[in-house]
Amino acid sequence: MTTHPATERSGRRGGRSARNPVGRAGYAFVSGYVLLLLAFGVLPTGYAVWLALSNSRNQLVGIGNFTRTFADYRFGPAFLHIGLYLVVWLASLMILVVLLSLMLHGRMRRTSTSLRFLFYLPGALAGVASVLLFLILLDPAASPVGWLLKSFGWDSLAQVNAPGHLPALFTVIAFWTGAGGWIVVMYGALNSIPDEILEAARIDGASTLQIALRIQIPMITKWIAYMLILAFAAGTQLFVEPQLVSLASWGMIPDSWSPNQLSYQYAFQAGDFNGAAALSVDLLILGLACAVLVVFRTGLFDRDTG
Amino acid sequence: MRRTRRPRSLAARLTWLIVMGLFTLFFCVPVAWLLLATTKTDSQIVRDNPFSFGSLGKVADAWHHLYAFQDGAILTWLQNSALYTFGALAITLVTSVPAGYALALTQFIGRRMLLTITMLVMLMPTAAMVLPLYLGMNAVHLDGTIWSVILPFSFFPFGVYLTYIYFSSNVPSDLLSAARIDGCSEWQVFRLIAMPLAKPVIALVGFFNFVGNWNNFFLPFVMLPDSSQYPAQVGLNNLLAASPLFNTSSGTGNQIMRPELALATLVTIVPVLIVFLFSQRALVAGMLAGATKE
Repeated sequence: MTTHPATERSGRRGGRSARNPVGRAGYAFVSGYVLLLLAFGVLPTGYAVWLALSNSRNQLVGIGNFTRTFADYRFGPAFLHIGLYLVVWLASLMILVVLLSLMLHGRMRRTSTSLRFLFYLPGALAGVASVLLFLILLDPAASPVGWLLKSFGWDSLAQVNAPGHLPALFTVIAFWTGAGGWIVVMYGALNSIPDEILEAARIDGASTLQIALRIQIPMITKWIAYMLILAFAAGTQLFVEPQLVSLASWGMIPDSWSPNQLSYQYAFQAGDFNGAAALSVDLLILGLACAVLVVFRTGLFDRDTG
Repeated sequence: MRRTRRPRSLAARLTWLIVMGLFTLFFCVPVAWLLLATTKTDSQIVRDNPFSFGSLGKVADAWHHLYAFQDGAILTWLQNSALYTFGALAITLVTSVPAGYALALTQFIGRRMLLTITMLVMLMPTAAMVLPLYLGMNAVHLDGTIWSVILPFSFFPFGVYLTYIYFSSNVPSDLLSAARIDGCSEWQVFRLIAMPLAKPVIALVGFFNFVGNWNNFFLPFVMLPDSSQYPAQVGLNNLLAASPLFNTSSGTGNQIMRPELALATLVTIVPVLIVFLFSQRALVAGMLAGATKE
């Protein structure tokens, strides 16, 4: 707030000093967004922190809500479920998306364009639609891959949806809807690497693998980091997937499988908004910590040096 | 433009074909199966070959069953989805494009702070904000109204960030200075010079906002108490809960079986599918514009 425009302009960006000194118009242009930012970004966050630190009579209780929710018998399992899911999901997403993008890049252009589009299309079914589809699709009685499921020894939907299978199942669903979009992004990033660099490496005798490992992957690190942050944040937030699977599991899957579901239970089953807020703050801190870590490690937002 | 390809070994080609073939099956089979499932009765889905085609008449039957659920609730849900999505989209575009422009090309006190907060908020997990948002809406008695869904949807920091990047890397500020010297007001500079140049990024922001809002489940699920207010995504959840397929106790009064669920899923995603088909080219171009940085 205290940075004076003139000092900022001359001090920070010598090369880009042609920015126009039009203070009042600038405020008018950002005003709508700032209102939304305050009302739906800053204030709810502040309110959540306040609720997490206070009790139902508006008295400050310090970290009481955090220790209380931590001691809940459902807390450990919920975060363990999410942790397991994140390991499976992030590992497969990172490896497969980068691999597929590299394989699509530098091959028959027309085929690769149509393949990218086909991979990307399931993204239209994100959310409830994809879970619903997989719930019907993975019922061995009606499934087109029933033979495959039965070869694992699963004869009913309940066996496919067994609690131990959920991290893998949610990974399949999330990969099916989300990977295509990331492949489009990675492909774009790979395209931005100048051909001369790859050509020079080839002339020097580098193999496809060496080019991928030493040139292409290092040059798209920022985009991989960006994918990691967003996938991590989305992964900790699972709600609709376990909610629907739990609905269709005849009580086998608890309705507090993920932290967000647990938070929902606190708020709407127990009417404990302070506990719910504490859980939300846990998740916010988790997501932000990961984001900040990756941003600093990779310099994701350093546009001036990038 | 195309790099010269080295001759590759047969084994490498074969591996490429097999891997791509498997992933193509993985991504396409569920969609194909979903389309075919609507053309069959529930028992045909179980008995017949999974990839057989039933008849178009069966699609009509499934639609009648689906429509009968709560007297055409499916249409109400779709209307609600459209209202929430387009309402939020309009507010998003009106607020985020000028904001991105101002952050990139004008100078005002607090600009850097606003930019930092925007990046921070962009990285914040949105689902964790749903309950705090509900409590805030509850405090101002807006929960349960359409505004409790439209307004949070229209707050879209990612859109501001995208337009900010686009304006700061694609529009030289000399161009704007020239227009100012020619006597344009700030508003005219924005509307006549910046906006026409920003069409690709406006389309991109619109795309992400539309798809995100249309597919959002958690926020409307928490905010809206009444089935007549649900968007399609929350409606699908109701269908699932009411289907005799998954719930033997509550699902006796209706015929929501696999074909009906498949059809409901398809009907729900049609708008997103249309947007996807039309925007793929713009999307790739827009992403490339964001991907190349000097």
